Order: sequence, then structure tokens, then C-alpha cells
Amino acid sequence: MINNQDLAQENISIDIKLLLEAIYLKYGHDFRNYSQAHLKRRILHRLMLSNINSISEMQYKVLHEPEFMQEILTDFSINVTEMFRDPAFYLTMRKDVLPVLRTYPYIKIWHAGCSTGEEVYSMAILLEEEGLLDKTLIYATDNNETVLKVAKKAEYSTENLKNYQKNYEKGGGKGKLSDYYEEKGSVIKFDPRFRKRIVFSEHNLVTDNVFTEVHLIICRNVLIYFNRNLQNRVIKLFHDSLMKEGVLGIGSKESVDYSRYGDAFEYINKNQKIYIKKSGNDE
Amino acid sequence: MTNYELVAIGASAGGMNALKEILSNLDRDFAFPIVAVQHVAPDSENYLVEYLDEYSNLSVREASEKQSILPYHVYFAPPNYHLLVEEDKTFSLTVSEKVNYSRPSIDVSFESAALAYKERVIGILLTGASQDGAKGMQMLHGFKSMTIVQEPKTASVPVMPKAAIELVTVDYKLPLEKIAPFLNTLSRTHAGRKEQKG
Repeated sequence: MINNQDLAQENISIDIKLLLEAIYLKYGHDFRNYSQAHLKRRILHRLMLSNINSISEMQYKVLHEPEFMQEILTDFSINVTEMFRDPAFYLTMRKDVLPVLRTYPYIKIWHAGCSTGEEVYSMAILLEEEGLLDKTLIYATDNNETVLKVAKKAEYSTENLKNYQKNYEKGGGKGKLSDYYEEKGSVIKFDPRFRKRIVFSEHNLVTDNVFTEVHLIICRNVLIYFNRNLQNRVIKLFHDSLMKEGVLGIGSKESVDYSRYGDAFEYINKNQKIYIKKSGNDE
Repeated sequence: MTNYELVAIGASAGGMNALKEILSNLDRDFAFPIVAVQHVAPDSENYLVEYLDEYSNLSVREASEKQSILPYHVYFAPPNYHLLVEEDKTFSLTVSEKVNYSRPSIDVSFESAALAYKERVIGILLTGASQDGAKGMQMLHGFKSMTIVQEPKTASVPVMPKAAIELVTVDYKLPLEKIAPFLNTLSRTHAGRKEQKG
């Protein structure tokens, strides 16, 4: 536990740099190009909750206790998500993107930073309703194995169901959300036919490379945690992973405009930040 | 005397009028950039920003991620995002958990401002029915930044300023109409000192 006065005396920025370097050297997880303010907040939050007295003590603990590293990993990644989050995004997908994808004999989608999977199943439902699920494969990746375990189970609490139902309708849902899951007590489980079209796997946007070529990439509210250098790297990775005239959907407050690859994309929908990769840029 | 570099304002219920009173009375050449958090619904169109821009001499905008923080600007946290201030004087956004039932949360922005700008922040907490902002003021105070709350009697909803006063020994309790003139004085002093140095 640490109070504000002590905090003001700490060399917070230096200590955090050292902590991130230690994590990278020991475990290969590279947070050095993440937003500093974001990491500071998460680290101090952990410090306030635990009986650790300083960031340097935290560094010692990380180096000697791998299970503590897993906790830190979960602290650093934001896993706030919901079914059909930002319904307008799904409505645009349905109206403006799926008609394009429909023209292909098969469809490959990469959902990067899929967290606990709610938005992956949302997309799968959308594809089902548009009659495209059977010819689609969704690769859903995250750098955190803990959240992937949750995603693979396809089970979610009924707690937010009302909100999910509302989002589903706003996203242009054609039936009822309950058509797609079975309710058991306080849990819903999505029909196995969705799970069959999804491959969940670990992938780290910071350190890993292209693993397949896809027609559509969805990566929402992940870039906001990266600094400009890292955003550049990831947008290049997306560019290289997209087929000719592939589509990229990012978070509504994110943009590729500042990236060196900004010119290689143009908008399908500016408000929803859905881009198409321009053809003729494959140098 | 401290070299202030940033004004951070938090408001909730009743905030629109309070913010209008302050922002419409600040000098055209007001020296400090302003970061503002007003509690809004997650799916709000944020017309608040356009509305306040009409009344202010300063340029009132929604903050974008990685944007540089500059004088003569007022930056509002976007609906459904927390707004963070970076040491390199840019913004970051996060969709992390709600704090005090709010996203954007005042505590989140104030704490990040304290961590990034240390003692060089002027924190102002206005009207509201929430407990948000009190902890943020406490952190600003801990970092020796200036803390100002709206005198609860002049707040349309006094809960929020009261919560801060209970938690922190704030530097100033000011009636709403005194806040802008007070800030203008700080700004002019700052500008004057800069001129002397230059």
C-alpha cells in the first residue's frame, strides 16, 4: 500500500521503464511501446491493492514469480467488451461490408485482440444471419491466454443479457439473440455451430508477424494503448495481412491517418472507422 | 511560485451551465490548456462540445488519442472513454472499467494529470451528484498541484464538491462566478513572468 505523498516522491517513470525492461527480458512480453499513462494507471492500481510498497519491489516479484507475471499481464490488458459493442459498427458491417465479402468463394476474418470473445460471437451471428457463416473462418487472437480460455468456452453471464439483446437489435439483428444460445441458470452458452467456425489462438501484435492472409481484419480499441511507433508497426502488419481490397475495422476513436500506411487505406465508413485497402499498393 | 501548465476541470450533473459560465469568461489568450471531463451518456453525440465552443474564446474540442495538448484549447473526454494525460503532453484514451459508475471518469483524468504534470496542474471540481473527482483531487493535492472546488452552496448539485472537501483540504472554495476571474489572474501572472524572463 502506498499513499499519495510517497507516490509524489517516487521516480515513477524511471521505475516503470525498468519494470517493463525486466518483463521483456525475462518473459518476452514487450510493453515498452504502450501508452505510459495507461501502464502507470494499471501498475499503481496493482500497487494500491497489494501489499507491495514500491514499483521496484514489484519488479523483484515479477522476476521471481511467474504467476505474478500472469496477474500483471491481465492488469495491462483491457478486457472490457460486450456483445455487439457499438451496434452501429455491426449495422455498417451488415450493410456495407458483408455484401462485398459475399462475392468471395470463401471468407477469412482475423479478429485481433479478441479478449473474452463476445464480439467474435457477435460477428459469427451476423454472418449466420447473412447466410455466410458456412463459408467463413474466423481467426480470433489475443496475447493473453487467460481471456482466450474464456472465449473458447463460449459461455457468458446472463447479467448483461438485456443490454446485449438491445445492442443486437440496434445492430440490425433479424431474429432474437436467444435463438443462438442456450440458457443454463446464470450462464448462456452459444450454439456449437459458431464455435466450429472460429479458431482461437495466441498472437501478440507487438512481437509476432503475419500468420495468414484475410479478407477482413477487426481490431477495435487495441491501438489506443500503443504509442505511435507501435501503431505504425501494427497497421503495417494489418496491411500486409489483408488481401487486395481487404477491409479493416478499428475502434471509433482510432485512426490509421497518422500512420505511414494511412495512404494505403480509404474509408468505407468514416464514423465507424471501417477502411478498405487500396489496390495497387503492394510494393 | 509554481509554473502551472494545465487546467483540469471535472463536472457532472449541472455541469453544462457551470462549464458555460467558466469557459465563456476566460481570456482569449488564456495561457493554460484545459482538460475537461463532463459525465455524459455512453452513446451521447457530445453536442456539449459544439455548444460550449460557441460561447468560449478558446477552441473547445473532443480530445483525440495522441493529440498534442496546446494552449488556447479546451479538450473534452469523449463519451464512453477515459481520457489520460501523458508526460509528453499528448492524450491517450482507454475503455477500461467504469470508475464511480462513469466513463469518462474525472478521477481517472485527474490522477493521470497529477502523474504526468506533477505540481503544475490547476484542478477544478464543479457541480455533480457523484463521488467522482474527490480521489483525483486528493492525488493532485498529494502532488502539490492547486485544488479548487466550486463552493457547494453555488452548485446546482452540491454532492460532488462536498465529497472532495470532505476528503481533501482543498486550496480554494470559490463561488462559480469567481472561478473564471481567478483563473484569468493566474494566466496573466504566468504570461507576465514569461515576458520578464524572455
